[in-house]
Amino acid sequence: MAEKENIVIDSGEGGQPFDYAVGMHGSKFFTELRDHKKLLGTRCPKCQKVYIPPRGVCGPCFEEMTEFVEVKPTGVIGTYTILRFAFIDPETGQQKPVPYGYGFIKLDGADTLFQHYINIEDESKIKVGARVEAVFAEKRKGSIRDIEYFRVID
Amino acid sequence: MDKAAIIGIGMTKIEARRDDWTFADMAFEATRKALDDAGLTINDIDNVITTSNDFWDGRTISCMAVGDASGASDKNVSCVEGDGTFGAFYGLARTLSGSYGTTLVTGHSKGSQSVSSLITNAAFDPIYERTLGLDMISACALQANAYMHRTGVTAEQCAAVSVKNHGNAMKNPMQQLGMKITEKDVLKSEMISDPLRKLDCSPVSDGCCAIIIANESRAGKSKKKPVWIKGASMCADAYFLGDRDLSRAKSLTAAAKKAFSMAGIINPEKEIDVAEVYDAFGYQELMWLEAMGLCGDGEAAKLLGEGHLDIGGTMPVNPSGGLMAGHPVIAAGLYRIAEVVKQIRGEAGKYQVKKADIGLAQGVNGLCGQSHCVWILGKDR
Amino acid sequence: MAKRVAIVGTGQTFHKSHRPDVNGQELIHEAVTRALTDAQLSINDIDAIVIGNMDHFEGINYVDCWSVDGSGGTMKPIIKITTGGTTGCTIAIGGYHLVASGAFDKVLVIGWEKNSESDTSGAITTAFDPVWDRLVFAGAISGLAAEAQAYMARYGASDRDGARVSVRDRKHAMNNPHAQLRKEVSLEEVLASPMLADPIHLLDVCPRTDGACAVIMASEDSAEKITKKPDWIWGTGNRHSYAYLGDADYGRLTSMERTAKEIFKKAGIKEPRKEINVIELYQPYSFAGIIWIEDMGIVPHGKGAEYIWSGATDMGGELPINPSGGVISCNPIGATGLVRCAEAAMQVMGKAEGRQVPDVNFAVSTGFGGCWWTDMILHGAKKPN
Repeated sequence: MAEKENIVIDSGEGGQPFDYAVGMHGSKFFTELRDHKKLLGTRCPKCQKVYIPPRGVCGPCFEEMTEFVEVKPTGVIGTYTILRFAFIDPETGQQKPVPYGYGFIKLDGADTLFQHYINIEDESKIKVGARVEAVFAEKRKGSIRDIEYFRVID
Repeated sequence: MDKAAIIGIGMTKIEARRDDWTFADMAFEATRKALDDAGLTINDIDNVITTSNDFWDGRTISCMAVGDASGASDKNVSCVEGDGTFGAFYGLARTLSGSYGTTLVTGHSKGSQSVSSLITNAAFDPIYERTLGLDMISACALQANAYMHRTGVTAEQCAAVSVKNHGNAMKNPMQQLGMKITEKDVLKSEMISDPLRKLDCSPVSDGCCAIIIANESRAGKSKKKPVWIKGASMCADAYFLGDRDLSRAKSLTAAAKKAFSMAGIINPEKEIDVAEVYDAFGYQELMWLEAMGLCGDGEAAKLLGEGHLDIGGTMPVNPSGGLMAGHPVIAAGLYRIAEVVKQIRGEAGKYQVKKADIGLAQGVNGLCGQSHCVWILGKDR
Repeated sequence: MAKRVAIVGTGQTFHKSHRPDVNGQELIHEAVTRALTDAQLSINDIDAIVIGNMDHFEGINYVDCWSVDGSGGTMKPIIKITTGGTTGCTIAIGGYHLVASGAFDKVLVIGWEKNSESDTSGAITTAFDPVWDRLVFAGAISGLAAEAQAYMARYGASDRDGARVSVRDRKHAMNNPHAQLRKEVSLEEVLASPMLADPIHLLDVCPRTDGACAVIMASEDSAEKITKKPDWIWGTGNRHSYAYLGDADYGRLTSMERTAKEIFKKAGIKEPRKEINVIELYQPYSFAGIIWIEDMGIVPHGKGAEYIWSGATDMGGELPINPSGGVISCNPIGATGLVRCAEAAMQVMGKAEGRQVPDVNFAVSTGFGGCWWTDMILHGAKKPN
């Protein structure tokens, strides 16, 4: 008589490729970033809040935003954490290399926080409120990786 | 259920691919249009239901992308994963549950961003079916053959659906593929999965549609005459294709029966003036009409051939061009509802049907029409 | 006329990290059968089904259609509501509205997840915007850790405060036969456990679980015929906004604050700390247990840790939180919010076995997920006016 066996089937290596449209606001942001190392946000005509990443609608006001404003590549750490556990990155299918610093930066000129890596060479310097600046990639392609990371400036 | 009406509609033009738009941009456009249509502002909306599908969007919690753009900031908002007709059903329930007086329902999809056969292949059971490599088209081809075998309907007769709908779409500025073709063109087009040829199949498109539902006390606030929801019902059949008689749509028959009963419709063949149905493939328009009792079993092809289903016919079906001419999955059912609203209001311009007092909109979820949702809309309260 | 709605029966699986003995359908079926038995109803009595899970965990599209054999949904109206982590709560809210509207008299609500079948963090990461947020984000933990850091910077709390919450919930789970993790932890053990993302330790966060839960809602026309003590739904709220992760106000859960205010106001509850008898809080990590009770209005901002240390939220305290052991003890994500709802219902109905809080008049269950979203349900022993 057959032993009771729990069979498990794996899905194989199949992936689901996507072409994500960045949209007009994102396209403008990435073009400026790639070509001029400039960061753009959009400003709500009603509440004057500057949103980064830029987008078409101010949620709370439900107003269309068409005004692009330049936001500085410097700012302060709004909040952060240091990731120490490894997990599979869905974008690459590989384990994400840890530890790495992850933060929400309040860039000078923006009202929302911008998410990116924080360099953790000196962990003691990473605090809420620490001043940081963006380090741009040498070769930029028009993606979020055109900024390599943010580093604490004394 | 108490009475409710649709007081505003908005839709983006259905396109093959819009790279300048994110989901949020599409949602904002459709929502804005619906509000303008009703003459309302976002403050008049009590709650929001968005409809989307995580697989199609490539994003777990796909509704995250459109909350703000749909005016949901600091409002109660939830999300249905399924065809727009199902999202609208939940929106209807929320409008009548005593908590909210108006509900904005949106549905979106950007078919251009994914590989559709991989997305629909994921609907197949991972244990027994998925590795066989079926997708929506090959599965529906199985159904088409079953239906044609039982009823004797021919490929040429199914092709007539494509001809009618693409032709109708030429009159609808919101459609993607308005074109003048013949049955011969359809039968000469590339064979995708026997018996479905390229022109028998709807495309996979980008689009977003929004409707505003109001309960009786708020229906009069719109600048347009409300279109009343006379009946709405859903029903799902068994899952495995082999568990069902694919040549029939049992769950659609049940859903339609309930919707007609809610609307007080005794003879749908005579009482429904116009219908917007889910024609993802040519054969489906015929199958769904018969399953709903809008004509006798096996008779739809004949009615089509005699011109009864044309815009100028006795029972126009898909005067908008249906899905054949533009298919943003998920949003599809909301477009059907919105198109019936246009007909009842007399706003359908070049594709307006003569008599549109009572209309029917139908949406589908799942493989080969497993789950259906039927809406009956009317001019009179 | 809108109807009043009550929960008349609940059912859950015995949640485990792995259930290789059942496929998804069978897992669902277990919970459904238990709920029907609890309410002494048959599947034929059910008029419609609402189901939810997070698609990419099981990799199945159109789950409402796929699951009919397990849910009992063949030839019934079925709707899928999916809102990430809040799913369990939003499906309950969905069931509520479907019954309250008069569309259906009895609705079966099902939440389930087989987290063992995929990489959970990877799947959660796909929830975030692929262009802006996904690169850096690391599943739920990174965002939660960032929230904790912001709160600590503002109010001066530490990971020790978070650990006290873990200790409480893991102790409570010892009374709950359905919970996955049934082993107490000490303060020292929590603080010594590996740091996942500063300041969150391994023992501060929820596990991955396979489990399902089902709840039956009925209108006032039948609720009292089905059970002597129905759990009446007094209010529901879903706050799901924000477009990108950076839009949130870190250190405060604004969605919780607004939802709680709205629900309590509508129900006429002026002092939640005194009037609510038990809370099943969707608390994916320990620190949330401090921050979010402030946002809910139980205690003022900055006073959460003090309240927890006083023992007020332990069993036998003034306002027990998570008598079930909460999310830290068990997390089948699509079901988790519904488990909170079911546990709160069991408290009101007097069916909470070894974890019953005495004399429950009002209970709150919440859901959390996605982009800092909150859903909330107010449960009551009395019929609402």
